[in-house]
Amino acid sequence: MDDRIKREKERWENETASSDIKHHPERKESFTTVSGKPIQRLYTPADIPDFDYQQKLSFPGSYPFTRGIHATMYRSRLWTMRQFSGFATAEESNRRYRLLLERGQTGLSVAFDLPTLMGYDSDHSLAVGEVGKCGVAVDSLQDMETLFNNIPLDKVTTSMTINAPAAILLAMYIAVAEKQGVKPDQMGGTVQNDILKEYIAQKEWIFPPKPSMRIITDMFAYCSKEVPRWNTISISGYHIREAGATAVQELAFTLADGIAYVQAGIEAGLEVDEFAPRLSFFFNSHNDLFEEIAKFRAARRIWAKVMKERFNAKKELSWWLRFHTQTAGCTLTAQQIENNIIRVTIQALAAILGGTQSLHTNSKDEALALPTEEAVTTALRTQQILAYESGVANSIDPLGGSYFVEKLTDEVEEEAWNYINKIDEMGGMMAAIERGFPQKEVIEAAYRYQKAIEKKEKIIVGVNDFVMEEKEQPPILLIDPEVERSKQIKKLQALRRQRHNFKVQECLNRLRIAARGKENLMPLLLESVKAYATLGEIVNILREEFGEYQEPPIF
Amino acid sequence: MSSTKGKIRVLIAKPGLDGHDRGAKIIARAFRDAGMEVIYTGLRQTPEQIITAAIQEDADVVGISILSGAHLYIFPRIIELLKEKGATDILVIGGGIIPEIDIPKLKQMGVAELFTPGTPTSKAIEFVKERFREK
Repeated sequence: MDDRIKREKERWENETASSDIKHHPERKESFTTVSGKPIQRLYTPADIPDFDYQQKLSFPGSYPFTRGIHATMYRSRLWTMRQFSGFATAEESNRRYRLLLERGQTGLSVAFDLPTLMGYDSDHSLAVGEVGKCGVAVDSLQDMETLFNNIPLDKVTTSMTINAPAAILLAMYIAVAEKQGVKPDQMGGTVQNDILKEYIAQKEWIFPPKPSMRIITDMFAYCSKEVPRWNTISISGYHIREAGATAVQELAFTLADGIAYVQAGIEAGLEVDEFAPRLSFFFNSHNDLFEEIAKFRAARRIWAKVMKERFNAKKELSWWLRFHTQTAGCTLTAQQIENNIIRVTIQALAAILGGTQSLHTNSKDEALALPTEEAVTTALRTQQILAYESGVANSIDPLGGSYFVEKLTDEVEEEAWNYINKIDEMGGMMAAIERGFPQKEVIEAAYRYQKAIEKKEKIIVGVNDFVMEEKEQPPILLIDPEVERSKQIKKLQALRRQRHNFKVQECLNRLRIAARGKENLMPLLLESVKAYATLGEIVNILREEFGEYQEPPIF
Repeated sequence: MSSTKGKIRVLIAKPGLDGHDRGAKIIARAFRDAGMEVIYTGLRQTPEQIITAAIQEDADVVGISILSGAHLYIFPRIIELLKEKGATDILVIGGGIIPEIDIPKLKQMGVAELFTPGTPTSKAIEFVKERFREK
């Protein structure tokens, strides 16, 4: 049958289509995805010859999970609507969280400010001007208590975008939960904790790779016993894509990072099935609908193979690629910002058709500032309309079997494997990062994309075409620098006076000794945060013991 | 001005704690491809480090990339340091997420131009070249 269709397709190309093209020339010489991947005029069964349904797709909830990790997907439970949020002080962010929960959000996602991400207290000289700007400032357990005030941590799951100091923030979260009477095994959530992508893309690192990996494997070991519902890592392609990677690069580098973490866990003496079920992923959803859907489907298929065949994981849960998605911040335009709502809708649709487990939809004003309350509500409503009105959640993997989507999924998978194999040949992701390989690939792609926009090979509505004069900039969320700063710093300094400083010192000394040895750091971090040692104090100890990462400035 | 001797020398700097360096790296490459001499400082430079580097490198232009919202602290400090060191002939430009309402304030302080999201690199290149043609 395939041969007949192939012959018929050739006939159609040479006769019907080409004669039509004489009268109606195609708009462009070649059509490509956002990532620059060539796309054909038409896809038919001839593009996916010998397609083995069972082997390539199988059923939802069955290996290799191309169609979804759950047998019933959104028919049982919709994805978690989880808006990434946090700004100024813990009090203000707590108010925003409660508002989002009231408006139907189903999970929390905490954005920390830059000093917190980098492990500095709010009164550190490098924190000047940055406190509470890109997220909420958290200096100690006291701030975490305020942040989750009146939010029941046994009912709401929380994702925390924190990497280098993730273990410390998790310790604070466990301590807050305990104060609410919630045991560690009752709480659920995620810490991003993905340091490799920091070296590649987001660059919020503190320690060099080796001690960073040690902290991560300590968390794998600790949580598998004490906090079994916690996702110990969210292996993230999001930031790699935002830095300019193509869809394939995002996928390949993320999965190669995943491989490095599994390897590290095994080398630390853990059983793969002990920690692999708590690994989770985080992808970007960009503008190109089909390319993104193919990426998500290919991601599940590759990871299942990696876990089953490469690492010999036995549990099905270890084979699952569970992922969160955020729509692509880098696609938002500062021009005609209402258009961003439409972009976000398409990107969110891709994530849903791709089978995401949770979703953040960006707000229309995020190319200008952190979102206003009104803008974030529209973003949440976008998810609710997709979930309840559009019908796209009624059937599982509705695009499965589309000649185009299956072909694209196969191609994305193959290209991602090529990268993964190349990274393996370099000695794994840590070695590849040391050589600057993923970093260079990403910046090359970013520059190509920028040039394509400037040459108008790619059209961005309102930016390089369909431009119009705009009146004043719309109202944006402004963070008052002085009031918040003096608030946050005053609170921190009062804490340092009021707490039991001798106990803090004792805890920090024990932590230092543990850092020098091989003991699991989690219990010591928990003890330190409970004594109200600050984030900066704890990180300082570890910085002194582990050193700091330095990046060569290449461009 | 060294530009009369040859290439325009640009120092691209990324102050503050933010690590989002896509913009800084793209503009660095675009300036280089446009025939300028480009030095990129790397991440997390203090204003003091940036200005010291600019003077050492004999830069004609300092380009600051900032997305974190700390621009109202960083730019005044850069301008102040240039004045202290008597290096006000260095052209200061900036790019990143800068709210419109802050732009007049920054320009008044002495920032020559700010390039916000969506600006083509060619516009920044033209701006710099134009400035040095005048002189």
